[in-house]
Amino acid sequence: MDLTLKIWRQKNATDRGGILTYKVTGVSPDSSFFEMLDMLNQQLIEGNQEPVAFDHDCREGICGTCSLFINGRPHGPKRGITTCQLHMRSFSNGDTIYIEPWRARAFPVIKDLIVDRGAFDKIIQAGGYVSVNTGGIPDANAIPVPKFNAERSMDAAACIGCGACVASCANASAMLFVSAKIAQFDYLPQGKVETTRRVQAMVQAMDALGFGNCSNMYACEAECPKEISIANIALMNRNFLKAKVCAEKEG
Amino acid sequence: MSFPFNAKIPAGPLAEKWTRYRGEAKLVSPANKRKLDIIVVGTGLAGASAAASLGELGYNVKAFCYQDSPRRAHSIAAQGGINAAKNYPNDGDSIHRLFFDTIKGGDYRSREGNVYRLAEVSNQIIDQCVAQGIPFARTYGGLLDNRSFGGAQVSRTFYARGQTGQQLLLGAYGALSRQIHLGSVKLYPRRDMLNLVMENGKARGIITRNLVTGEIERHTAHAVVLATGGYGNVYYLSTNAMGSNITPAWQAYRKGALFANPCFTQIHPTCIPVHGDFQSKLTLMSESLRNDGRIWVPKKQEDAEKLRKKQITPADIPAEDRDYYLERRYPAFGNLVPRDVASRAAKERCDAGFGVGTGLAVYLDFEESLKRLGKEVIEERYGNLFQMYEQITGENPYTTPMMIYPAVHYTMGGLWVDYELMTNIPGLYAIGEVNFSDHGANRLGASALMQGLADGYFILPYTIGNYLAAEIHTPRMTTKEPSFDQAAAETEARLNRIMQIQGKQSVDKLHKKLGHIMWEYVGMGRNEAGLRKALEELPKLKEEFWADIKVPGTLHEFNPEIEKAGRLIDFIELGELIARDALLRAESCGGHFREEMQTSDGEAKRDDEHFTHVSAWQFNEETEPVLLREDLVFEAVELKQRIYK
Repeated sequence: MDLTLKIWRQKNATDRGGILTYKVTGVSPDSSFFEMLDMLNQQLIEGNQEPVAFDHDCREGICGTCSLFINGRPHGPKRGITTCQLHMRSFSNGDTIYIEPWRARAFPVIKDLIVDRGAFDKIIQAGGYVSVNTGGIPDANAIPVPKFNAERSMDAAACIGCGACVASCANASAMLFVSAKIAQFDYLPQGKVETTRRVQAMVQAMDALGFGNCSNMYACEAECPKEISIANIALMNRNFLKAKVCAEKEG
Repeated sequence: MSFPFNAKIPAGPLAEKWTRYRGEAKLVSPANKRKLDIIVVGTGLAGASAAASLGELGYNVKAFCYQDSPRRAHSIAAQGGINAAKNYPNDGDSIHRLFFDTIKGGDYRSREGNVYRLAEVSNQIIDQCVAQGIPFARTYGGLLDNRSFGGAQVSRTFYARGQTGQQLLLGAYGALSRQIHLGSVKLYPRRDMLNLVMENGKARGIITRNLVTGEIERHTAHAVVLATGGYGNVYYLSTNAMGSNITPAWQAYRKGALFANPCFTQIHPTCIPVHGDFQSKLTLMSESLRNDGRIWVPKKQEDAEKLRKKQITPADIPAEDRDYYLERRYPAFGNLVPRDVASRAAKERCDAGFGVGTGLAVYLDFEESLKRLGKEVIEERYGNLFQMYEQITGENPYTTPMMIYPAVHYTMGGLWVDYELMTNIPGLYAIGEVNFSDHGANRLGASALMQGLADGYFILPYTIGNYLAAEIHTPRMTTKEPSFDQAAAETEARLNRIMQIQGKQSVDKLHKKLGHIMWEYVGMGRNEAGLRKALEELPKLKEEFWADIKVPGTLHEFNPEIEKAGRLIDFIELGELIARDALLRAESCGGHFREEMQTSDGEAKRDDEHFTHVSAWQFNEETEPVLLREDLVFEAVELKQRIYK
């Protein structure tokens, strides 16, 4: 396959950046999207040009490192996969492919296609866990959990924290990401204990970090590589409201 | 020469060693913990769980990772599960049985004391993870579900669909994030550790490169913990992440830490086969698939040839013409033999001309399970794995068998540590895959997660106090001391030297060459001639690196090529040590298969008389590395040939 690539190049956080055009030839349809970019980078290095910087690590769709806005869609044209799982057989010979970084105020560009998603870590630090120390815990089977709840919890826990939800949202909202973590714990007795505190802390952090609000466009759900359900946002909103009422009562 | 270091295995009966140790280990008071700093490099299962647990205890912890977030460490990719001796299924499991299976699975090349302790703390790990809100698979009664893994005849593996590593890591990451929030842990992401700083013979700090700015940074501590994972990427193609590297451990080795059993590398039997030269990594298909999938190749070579030419499909081969070779050779364990055994059996069939696909592949077939259990059950158990397979290959495993082939996956060798997980450098610890400790010559499935979390949650937090108790009078060091200047200067000189070469070959190109040499001569089957060949080729490759590597850009910016170049030269040096170790270990054991040493039916043949030891290598700037032998003493188990028939 021969392809034309239109790639966002930006030297560093302060550089203005812009789109440059590249050609790659002889790409195998069996290669992955990143193997195609590897080819381009080899070409650039050999031609004494700087290779394109992009984030990637596990290359099997689980670490959440990879990003890339491909032809206007996070993780490219296929549903339910990450960029590293995208293979060139999803494109045709002669195609022009636009490749850009995630765009969101809370995700500043570091270089080329790499953005800083440290804001996601900060949201988790605010409360995305069960507050137990190591040791001194009951037997794992002491508290039975209905299978249904365990499965729903696992559905939400599948989030890889890649940020596609933010990138796809017109408001750059992180609500799918945040609600998935809240739902994972709310479905389990071990996590439910702290739901009230957790939802308040995480929503507050999310707002403070510059993520927008949800306006029910469903783009996040459509673009999520792990197909996390938007129903989690409803669960989060319900708990947030409840927390407010309870806090007023208690306060 | 007798082994000059003490493994510090506590005296007394096996089952009492750890209890006895904990009862006698020195403690650090809460007020003093606040005065002590600990550096943890790596935030995978071992690193994140250790950093979180040490922070909870009150130490000042600094956690480092090369990824943009601790949650991305490669433990996240572990699929199948985590072992524990809970015996919830009532099928006869016990701590002793898990201990025994692990010792036997490792082909009797690990320490009894360490492995017993691992089995002992395994149950606590499951309790801890459930308390953290990890959504393990459950039965309709609401209790935890188990499945089987290779090398065991009980079901002791806990799992969260095919994403167990992800869920356990996110649990540890949550605990770590909580400590960051509370201020006991400070996080340094996008950092490469490039050097170890020593003062008075003790580990006192590290030199890192900030991957975003390129700045060389200095960090001081009272102890340094390496949790930096394995070295599978020495083979270029492996199931490891692209960034997984040996550099922190290798720099420690160059500073005097022993490197043990480097030739014990694990080839995983069920990976998606290689498809072309441009390939950058290999993807694992979880061992758990062998619970319900049957492995086969055609009985007739002509059928195999037709399949390779795509003249027929696997469905055209009738049952009587299929060779379920694992079930045939190992009736007692069948498709669930340990990884080394399954990998060699696949290689044997393909070498004999029965391979399918490119010729280097065998079938993993779910037809029968789909009939027996229905699509819904299979989907619930392995849905994400089937989806992953289809994405990569474009084939639907619900309708046609998967094709799989062995690939480099895990490394049992690593930094030598004693019972306290301390290397021979005082104050330097190695936990998780980067140490050599618990898996001997072969690791059993679902035991890596167990070891990483055992080390981080339940072992290191006890043992590190025994060292730090004597350090409470040691004042904090400033990073302006000569030892820091010297280490930083070494690192800068090395980076500058690489940048100045401006040769013709990219890092990836040379890395592929390294991978080729390693896979060809130091891969699944090894022999003396091949190993000698590797020992000729690798020094040449090292020269090629220093003469012809090409790194674009500068040192003072985000530059992935310089990161990769530094990692590659350490891999080349390590490759040579692996080949050297493999040559000297003239026996077959576990993942290390010397073709000269096999039984008449092609099984690995150990030489207990000459090789019941840990091979610990000591760096020497002037001469070749020096081999030190730590004898392995077996009191509780009897050494036998491993039989899975």
